[in-house]
Amino acid sequence: MIGIFASVIDGILIGSVYGLAAMGLTLIWGVMKVINLAHGAIVVLGMFLLYIASLMIGLPAYATIPVTIVFGFVFGVMLYWIAVHRMIGRAELMSLLATFSINMVLIGLGTAWWTTSPYNVLVAMPGVTWQGYTFTGTHIMAAVLAMVIAGLLYLLLYRTRQGKAIRAVANNREAAELSGIPTTQVLSFAFGLGVALACVSGTLIATLFPFTVLSGEAYQLKSFVVTVLGGLGNPAGALMGGIALGLIEGLATPFMPVSWIPIVEFGLFVFCLIAFPRGIFAFSKA
Amino acid sequence: MRLWLSTALAAAVITASPALAEDTITIGFTASQTGALNNDSTAQMRGIELWRDDVNAKGGIKVGDKSYKIVTVSYDDESQNTRVQQLYTRLISQDKAQFLISPYSSGLVATAAIISEQYGKVMVTTGGALEKTYQLGNKNLFQIYTGSSQYLAGALAALKEKNPSPKIAFVYEDDPFSKSVAGAVREMSKAQGLTLALDESYAGSTTDFSPIINKAISAKADALLGGGHYADGATLARQLHEQKAGMKWITLLVAPDSPKFAELGDAAVGISVPSQWEPQVTFKPDFGPTAAAFTSAFSAKYKIEPGYHAAGGYAAGLILQHAIEKAGSVEPDKVAAVLNQLDATTFFGKTKFSTDPKQHGLQVGHQMVLAQWQKKGGKLVKEVIWPKDAKTADVVY
Repeated sequence: MIGIFASVIDGILIGSVYGLAAMGLTLIWGVMKVINLAHGAIVVLGMFLLYIASLMIGLPAYATIPVTIVFGFVFGVMLYWIAVHRMIGRAELMSLLATFSINMVLIGLGTAWWTTSPYNVLVAMPGVTWQGYTFTGTHIMAAVLAMVIAGLLYLLLYRTRQGKAIRAVANNREAAELSGIPTTQVLSFAFGLGVALACVSGTLIATLFPFTVLSGEAYQLKSFVVTVLGGLGNPAGALMGGIALGLIEGLATPFMPVSWIPIVEFGLFVFCLIAFPRGIFAFSKA
Repeated sequence: MRLWLSTALAAAVITASPALAEDTITIGFTASQTGALNNDSTAQMRGIELWRDDVNAKGGIKVGDKSYKIVTVSYDDESQNTRVQQLYTRLISQDKAQFLISPYSSGLVATAAIISEQYGKVMVTTGGALEKTYQLGNKNLFQIYTGSSQYLAGALAALKEKNPSPKIAFVYEDDPFSKSVAGAVREMSKAQGLTLALDESYAGSTTDFSPIINKAISAKADALLGGGHYADGATLARQLHEQKAGMKWITLLVAPDSPKFAELGDAAVGISVPSQWEPQVTFKPDFGPTAAAFTSAFSAKYKIEPGYHAAGGYAAGLILQHAIEKAGSVEPDKVAAVLNQLDATTFFGKTKFSTDPKQHGLQVGHQMVLAQWQKKGGKLVKEVIWPKDAKTADVVY
């Protein structure tokens, strides 16, 4: 019984990080109807940023987070203007291909630089032990930081003018343009934000597990599942969807071989797509 | 004066030229210089290259009354089966490799074996313990490592001595080698009346072991056997320590043998590994260097102690060299005939290949040892703890 409880807590901890990873994806989709297929590659970029910052510059692990956010934002705005801007409003396949090519370019560059060998950043944090089960400090820290960043995103979206502008553009771009909002700037800002979120989630994941240039694929897949669970375009839903996914993983693990968990996950994914096409939390979209 | 000088120069050039057209033997292999298998494959490659340089420094391989320099041709297989397939075909057809050494890891060896057998080339395999590869009907494969079914026999025996009824969690990588070891362990445990509290595999790319570790804790396991290769094994060891899993006995495959494992610090203490070879062994070699000589040469060249992967690489080259010299020829059939008859001891231990057509090339002479990381005077050292007649330290439980 305790084992199940411990497994569930572990699931929620890691689920928060999944949620953070998915927030970037869902924001970009919600605001500009672009599916960012470079999402996984950007998560990997965040992982390597941690590696570079802590091993080569000697920055303490968690101090890298603001650095990653800023870098991710600037990089995202750059990507928007280079590859995405001209694809907005066109057939969705175009933006899909554009972000897919960015993905290929990033993975290719990453492989050329760092090869596909595993990398590791050692982060030591005291954990919490309870009834024989230990929750490592890094897991707890990652979950807490994920929630803090999610909270900051909420404040940005709902308590600032810029956030209001983003929501307006997401709602109806023409109307927003007519109200005097510079929609193109808002779009590039939103894209930068989405990339920054993906980047920082990569950094948090890198504090927990070893990674390679190809690790992003798994997280991209999980982000898609979470995005569907949480409702496309709803960042708060993404966080809840992430935690829900983590919960499902935690609940299922004690009862079946670990290699079956993805089957459960994706089975649920297909079920949700059929039963709730707009996402489970779609009705709570503000 | 000028005429004399130019004539002397011309004479020197003319006499020097034949020496430049040396006879060579080309040996081909791939190494995983990138990808998950990178750590141990690089060690194996270094072992092969050290052997090549040692032999070339002494003049080369002696075939009859001629000396041949060894030329190795190698490529990066990126730890991928598809690349092994392409590159071994290339080594044979384009680079005209006369003999082959295998890549590292049973999965890749199996793929390379298909190619080498297709072309009828002699391949000495090292870094691959999976026995199935030799049971598919081959003529020219020769295995240096002890087979996977033997891997955990010593660990189980040593564990049973300390705890006659352990609760074993068996957590292993989902790849041919580890699964083969798993199958053997299941049979051994059944035969010895031990129950496995947990028996689960994980995908090789797994980086989050907390679900499996939590399951092991729930099952109240006090011993953990398993692992796979370096990347996952090292991560598993680290997370077992971080999550305070409380195992009294941990034996992991492959990973703890690499000197790099010591980087885990406290997480490495007490972890044992079935090993094909350790620097402390004291075999009396029939030919080639002693273990001590090999260890110091390797450490001097690469600034790191050799593990069994490096030793396996060197031994593969050494055995091949011995066979070529004894056969007095570079014809594959003659060399294979010598290898089939071989029953010798080198710094690596006894080497004898099975000639039973149902398992040709399987290593039947070599024995494994169990090594354990122990803390001696604040430093981490690897000691041999099993079998009793080869041990250099007592078991830490």
